[in-house]
Amino acid sequence: MPDLRLDTVAIGTLADVSMTVRAGEVVCLSGASGSGKSRLLRAVADLEPHQGRVYLDNTEQASVPAHDWRRQVMMVPADSQWWFDEVGAHFPKGNQEPLPEALGFPPEVMHWTISRLSSGERQRLALWRALAGQPRVLLLDEPTANLDHDMSLAVENWLLSEIRKQEMPVLWVAHDQAQIQRVADRHLHIVDNHLEPAHGSD
Amino acid sequence: MEVIDLAWWKLGLAALLILVLAGVSLYARLGVTRNLLVAAARTGIQLALIGLVLEALFASAQLYWIALLSVVMLLVAGREVMARQKRRLHGFWAFGVGTGAMFVSSFAVTILALTVIIGPNPWYTPQYAIPLLGMMLGNTMTGVALSLDRLNDSVWSQRAVIENRLMLGQSWREAIEGIRMEAMRSGMMPSINAMAAAGIVSLPGMMTGQILAGSPPAVAVKYQILVMLLITVGTGFGTVMAVSWGSRRLFDDRERLRLDRLINTSQ
Repeated sequence: MPDLRLDTVAIGTLADVSMTVRAGEVVCLSGASGSGKSRLLRAVADLEPHQGRVYLDNTEQASVPAHDWRRQVMMVPADSQWWFDEVGAHFPKGNQEPLPEALGFPPEVMHWTISRLSSGERQRLALWRALAGQPRVLLLDEPTANLDHDMSLAVENWLLSEIRKQEMPVLWVAHDQAQIQRVADRHLHIVDNHLEPAHGSD
Repeated sequence: MEVIDLAWWKLGLAALLILVLAGVSLYARLGVTRNLLVAAARTGIQLALIGLVLEALFASAQLYWIALLSVVMLLVAGREVMARQKRRLHGFWAFGVGTGAMFVSSFAVTILALTVIIGPNPWYTPQYAIPLLGMMLGNTMTGVALSLDRLNDSVWSQRAVIENRLMLGQSWREAIEGIRMEAMRSGMMPSINAMAAAGIVSLPGMMTGQILAGSPPAVAVKYQILVMLLITVGTGFGTVMAVSWGSRRLFDDRERLRLDRLINTSQ
């Protein structure tokens, strides 16, 4: 089973981040805005120069081509981007994954034009787009920020079931305490320039 | 037909018209008066000087003098390409990418034309080599500058899209595919359009000059066709090379988008 391991990773103001995220485990990250949560995810996805090493199982980040690494260690940004006219064009060719019911889209969503999507719809579709690529690790940056409460719960449940089923290690940036309570196996908080276990978690 | 030489004072009459235009633009507050006068003065001075240089060069016809002038022309064109980009690569790269692309395409096409197509003896005869290279460089410069400016500007404004595509596991080539194509196209369009309009909308300058100098139009036209085809070839390959090299430099060896390698010159 794949473990995600960070070994003395440093990026921006964050220094000396070491941790292991086990298969199927959700580790929530929180911290003030600007504390470097997103940049840490970017370092794990190898989108920014950083120090330290990241391993998936025993494969080191730098030992595989960068695009192969990112296909396996998939980051979903807070603000998803769409560049073709139609939704379907953004998905891998021959995508066989059935549309998850929890997202609340009709089957013809693949032919919708991007311009008619709301920000919440974009966010849900971005999550599905990421999972359709069959990653081995998920890095989620506030995945439910643009969703109302009920939709948040539905998306959380769907994500958790996928995470358990595929046994993916997950880093999940969140700021809503109630959501962290619901989804986190562990909760780490950024204080100054390092991560510490947040109160109320194990 | 004898060529009618122009007396310097007659050029003064044309210059007087520029002064009239400057007066009008000053009156209408177009804000271009200064640029107009400086540019007109530069045209006069630069062309008078290059006339002296060419007189001397034609008299000596030595390969090393011709090579030296060619290199100077290339470096000036390289500087101009750099100056025309709003956002450009930092350090030597802004100059190197454009100049390298212009060197490979313009020099290769010019030398090919001289040795294989036109065939003066010796092949570097400056009456052929210098005007040909000048036209190649001038047009390639425009194409390369347009395409690099477009490339850097589009990458900057679409950085979030590019990074999202990288996050989905696309290679750097896939992630900027559309931008590269657009940049190459924008560099090639001016010379393609010029070919389409030649002879109908515009009488190209080189042909006009040759006819004024007494060449039969049938010969002048053949040279003009040759030059336009070569310009398009040189501009096209120069643009493709510049965009390929420039876009590679925007990513590092881990295929990360490195916007810290771009500087904004308009600030």
